[in-house]
Amino acid sequence: MKTYKDTGKKDTRSGFGDGLTELGQKNPNVVALCADLTGSLKMDDFKANHPDRFFQVGIAEANMIGMAAGMTIGGKIPFTGTFANFSTGRVYDQIRQSVAYSGKNVKICASHAGVTLGEDGATHQILEDIGLMKMLPGMTVINTCDYNQTKAATLAIAEHQGPVYLRFGRPKVANFTLADQKFEIGKAVHLQDGTDVTIVATGHLVWEALLAAETLHAQNISADVINIHTIKPLDRNAILASVKKTGCIVTAEEHNYLGGLGESVARVLAENDPTPQEFVATQDTFGESGTPEQLMEKYGLNADAIVKAAKKVLNRK
Amino acid sequence: MTDIKQLEDLVIQVRRDILRQVHKVNSGHPGGSLGCAEFFVALYQELMERKEGFDMDGKDEDIFFLSNGHISPVFYSVLARSGYFPVDELNTFRLLNSRLQGHPTTHEGLPGVRIASGSLGQGISAAIGAAAAKKLNNDPHLIYTLCGDGELQEGQNWEAIMYAAGNKVDSLIVTIDLNGQQIDGSTDNVLPLGNLKGKFEAFGWDVLTISEGNNMQAVIDGMKAAKAKTGKGKPVCVLLKTVMGNGVDFMMHTHAWHGKAPNDEQLALALAQNPETLGDY
Repeated sequence: MKTYKDTGKKDTRSGFGDGLTELGQKNPNVVALCADLTGSLKMDDFKANHPDRFFQVGIAEANMIGMAAGMTIGGKIPFTGTFANFSTGRVYDQIRQSVAYSGKNVKICASHAGVTLGEDGATHQILEDIGLMKMLPGMTVINTCDYNQTKAATLAIAEHQGPVYLRFGRPKVANFTLADQKFEIGKAVHLQDGTDVTIVATGHLVWEALLAAETLHAQNISADVINIHTIKPLDRNAILASVKKTGCIVTAEEHNYLGGLGESVARVLAENDPTPQEFVATQDTFGESGTPEQLMEKYGLNADAIVKAAKKVLNRK
Repeated sequence: MTDIKQLEDLVIQVRRDILRQVHKVNSGHPGGSLGCAEFFVALYQELMERKEGFDMDGKDEDIFFLSNGHISPVFYSVLARSGYFPVDELNTFRLLNSRLQGHPTTHEGLPGVRIASGSLGQGISAAIGAAAAKKLNNDPHLIYTLCGDGELQEGQNWEAIMYAAGNKVDSLIVTIDLNGQQIDGSTDNVLPLGNLKGKFEAFGWDVLTISEGNNMQAVIDGMKAAKAKTGKGKPVCVLLKTVMGNGVDFMMHTHAWHGKAPNDEQLALALAQNPETLGDY
């Protein structure tokens, strides 16, 4: 087994903030907009270094999305920043018409996604955003797993022409991917070679999937672990190649099982190679207040849950 | 300045274009389109500094956003007659595989359109963004936007109105088509807009009223006055009083023709009131 080292816990949102800072220096067309959450989104450095390219819009997300769409007319590359809930559900129609249908080069950057937002509770913990965004024609949907990957993704999406939804989170989590990684939109990252069960994970569940693979390995179960950071477009070849070896699959995500990564994977399998699948995801429910760890446990979104799902799906082969 | 008679002739031709577009497909929005014919002609023929041809970025020229996208018939007619695409293409309005969708969009690549509109309330935000991009590009040109009055019931407008004043977006002229009508009736009956001049002023805008929004000269003079107010630290709002259905007697002063096409007989009657000037497509 390959070993992955946590180089020190860091939040994915800081990866976004540091990526944005770097972009500010590298690309004069990058502009940033924020709806009164500059600190939470770690956009302070960009704001301090490029005050003329930073737009504080206040608590007015609809206007923020519309403004971002308008800024692309004139060649700017706008990055909007607020919580995932206010980045998607609150402004769905603005994204749909002014950004997606209009084909505008807007990067919607969403922090505090999922239950790991923690104590603020369900009003702020969106578990439906991947579904909302992936249904929009032309929208690229990315959910990064650690600080390094989030920073790399932030840099990569500036080079991509077209609307992007970049989803990341609040808590400090293991930072284990390479600092100098090349982030390829739409390309899965193969983390572990295995033959018994495929585990496909996105976002905060990727580290949990690696922990689960270790546990399974100790029980003589060999897991093939794939990090899907891009949910749309989905790297179907990586998934199909893996299940060809293993014959069963677990998908893991901090999102409702309806509309998430698991559903996208299930469609690829149903069309090409019907395969037993278990879904580690929230079960059509809202979240609640609690610490991130408590919530991940209660809602079945950790390594233990992935191990259980793997054993269950192995029995269905 | 162009001869006013030429512009008025163009307005009549635009009215014919509007009526013929919606009649052909038995759908679309003639009422608000007719009410804004003078405004569009003034904007594209007299007021805006425009480059030849069309590029999305619109650098070094004035640009326009139509927020109330349902009045696409007038937008398409004036775009075509201003050289953005062949006038004959008006024949394809709302047809399958057309670039002239029911509501304007960039999706089919129609020259002259820079953002989709139709779902209301989104135009001012896009205009503010485009104004910000122009400022960063050191491009002093103006951004024009047209909104319906009923459209101001959408909350996003007021987010944008607050932002524009608070951030001194003074290259922006937002015109409100004040015809007092919306689908379900008069704006006063559906959801009263109150004192719009007072509201915009309270938000920090410079407000100017054109009380004869269907008088070509009054529209040109009023919009020139609005232009003169730009660059002074405040966004500019023009309250343009128009008559929905203007130029066709039985379509005027009612919301009935907001989203209804004339039948053959009604079309003949309406066209007779607006004899061909520059030639039908």
